[in-house]
Amino acid sequence: MRKVYLIDDSIISPLGFSTQENFQNLQENNIGIKEVDNNDIWSAPFYGSVVDNTKLNEAWNSISNDKNGDYSKLEKMMILSVSKLLSNNPSLDISRCGIVISTTKGNIGEIRKEQNDKAYLGSIAKTIQGYFDLEQTPKVLSNACISGGLALAIGKRMIQAQLFDDVIVIGGDLLSEFTLSGFFSFQAVSAAPCKPFCKNRTGISLGEAAASAWLSADKNKINGEVISISGDASANDANHISGPSRTGEGLYISITKALKEANLRSEQIDYITAHGTATPFNDEMEAIAFNRAGLQEVPLNSLKGYYGHTLGASALIESIIARHCLLNNELIASVGFEELGVSQPVNVITKNESKKLTRVLKTASGFGGCNVALIIEKLA
Amino acid sequence: MEKFYISDFCSLRNNRVFKNGEKIYYDVTSESIKDFAKGLYKSLDLKYPKFHKMDELCKLGFLATEVLISHMEDVDQDTALVLSNRASSLDTDRKHQVSIDDRANFYPSPAVFVYTLPNIIMGEISIKNKLKSENAFFISEHFDPEFIANYSQVLLQTGKASNVICGWVDLDNDKYDVFLAFLSKKGKKELTKKELNNLYNQ
Repeated sequence: MRKVYLIDDSIISPLGFSTQENFQNLQENNIGIKEVDNNDIWSAPFYGSVVDNTKLNEAWNSISNDKNGDYSKLEKMMILSVSKLLSNNPSLDISRCGIVISTTKGNIGEIRKEQNDKAYLGSIAKTIQGYFDLEQTPKVLSNACISGGLALAIGKRMIQAQLFDDVIVIGGDLLSEFTLSGFFSFQAVSAAPCKPFCKNRTGISLGEAAASAWLSADKNKINGEVISISGDASANDANHISGPSRTGEGLYISITKALKEANLRSEQIDYITAHGTATPFNDEMEAIAFNRAGLQEVPLNSLKGYYGHTLGASALIESIIARHCLLNNELIASVGFEELGVSQPVNVITKNESKKLTRVLKTASGFGGCNVALIIEKLA
Repeated sequence: MEKFYISDFCSLRNNRVFKNGEKIYYDVTSESIKDFAKGLYKSLDLKYPKFHKMDELCKLGFLATEVLISHMEDVDQDTALVLSNRASSLDTDRKHQVSIDDRANFYPSPAVFVYTLPNIIMGEISIKNKLKSENAFFISEHFDPEFIANYSQVLLQTGKASNVICGWVDLDNDKYDVFLAFLSKKGKKELTKKELNNLYNQ
C-alpha cells in the first residue's frame, strides 16, 4: 500500500500565526494559557488560551480576498491557516485535494442568535468551499477530542485508497461559553494553568486554535527530511460515554494496531506526544494504556500546558509539532508537570532536550470512549 | 479487489420502522420522538436501563442499531461505526444552551453536556454491543452515499474493520431521519454508492 507523507503545515494559535512561530515559543517554553477576562465567555476571570481578536483581524485583513464576507472567528482562523499553507507551497493545488475539516463545536456560540445557520457544522465546510472556490464540499469530522488525530488518519486512508493524491486536514475550535460551562458542570476545569500527569493536577484548561496539514502520496513534494504517517488506528473503549476506561482498553488497542501497521515494536518509539488533558481520570487511563503497551520508559509530554485543550484542533496541532520535533531532533518539556501523579510509571519530559528522534507516537482519547493512535516516522 | 455487500438495512421515519424493505413497526399514537422511541424500545423487548438516560438522538441511533442486528447472534467487536448527519448534536446543544443562558440562573448538567457531541451515539452503540472498533462521525448537508460507501470500503479493505454499520442519524427541531446499513463480506446487494443511495431513498 502506498505511503503517505506529511509535507507541510500551518498553525494559528495564541503561540503564533505560523508553525515556525509556534515551535519557537515551545522551544522557549512560553505558554499560551493566561488569565482570561472576557464576559462573552465567562463572567469571572479564568485560565485559558485564547487567540487575540485584534491580532487575528490584522492578519485576516492582510490576506483576505473577501473583506465584505461574513466570517466567524473560527472561520477566519481556519482560512488563515490554509492560506498560509497555500502561499508557502505554490505547488499545492487545493482544487485537486481532498479536504477534511475537524471540529467538535464549530461556531456553537451562534446558537445564542435568532438567525443561527452558522451553528450548523456543515456551514464551515460551505464557507471554506466558497472562499477557496472549490467544486467539492469539504468533509466535516466531528468525533470529540480525537477529531484532529482521526482526521489525519482518515486523510491518510483516503490517499491510500487512491481517492486522492493529496489531502488537506483542517482543524479548529474556539474557547466558548458553551464548552467552558459544560466542563464546569463536570468540575473538570483547573483553577490554574493545567498540569498534565502531575500529582497536583485538578483538571483541564481550555484553549482555541486552528491548524492545517498537507498529506501527500508524492515524496517528490518534500523539501527536506521525509516524514510519514506509517500507522494509525482508532478503537472505542465500549465502556462509558464520559469516563475513560479504567484499563485503557481502547487506547491500548489503538496503539497496538497502529504499531502493527507501521511494522514496529514499542521499544522503537522515541517519543510520545500524549493527550494529557490533566483531568485525574484521563491521565491515569493513559498511563495504564502506555504501560500495557510497554511504553512506560519512552519520553512523553502533553502540550495541553501550552495550548490548553483545543478540542478538534488539539491532536492535529500535536501531530504537527511532533513532525517538527522529528525534524529538529528536539524534545519539548511537558510544562506544568512537577511530580508524577499517576499510578503507573511514565517518563514525563521535564526539560527540553536535543535527542535523535525517528518515531513518534501520537495519541488522543475523548468522550464517547473514542481513542486514536498515530505513528509519525522520519524515513531515511 | 474484494467485494463487500449491504447485508441488511433499516430506517426510522415518520413513526415507522422498516427493515430490509419491510415495515416492522408503526406507531400511530405517539406525538413525540421520546414516546415513539419508548414504544419501539418496548416492542423490541429490550432490557437496557442505560437507554432511558440517553438523549433523543442517541435513542434513535441506538434503536436503529438494535433493529438492524436483531437477527444476528452476535456482532464482531471489530465492526466499525461510520455515521453521519446534518445537525450534529444541536438538539441537545440547545438544551445545554438554555441552562446557561442566564448566568444568574445557571444550571448546566453533566448528564446533558455529555450528549453535546454527535459521536456519543457511537459510544452508546459500542457499549451495548461491546464493539471495540473504529468510529467516525461525519457532518454533511445531506446523506452522502458516495463518501460513506468509499470510507467504509477503505476500512473493510484495509482490515481495519471486519464489518461496518454505516448511515445517517439526524434529528433537528423534532424532525428525524435515520437510516443504517450493515456492510460485510456476505449478502446479495453489492456495496456501491448507487445501491446505498437507493436503499436510503426507499
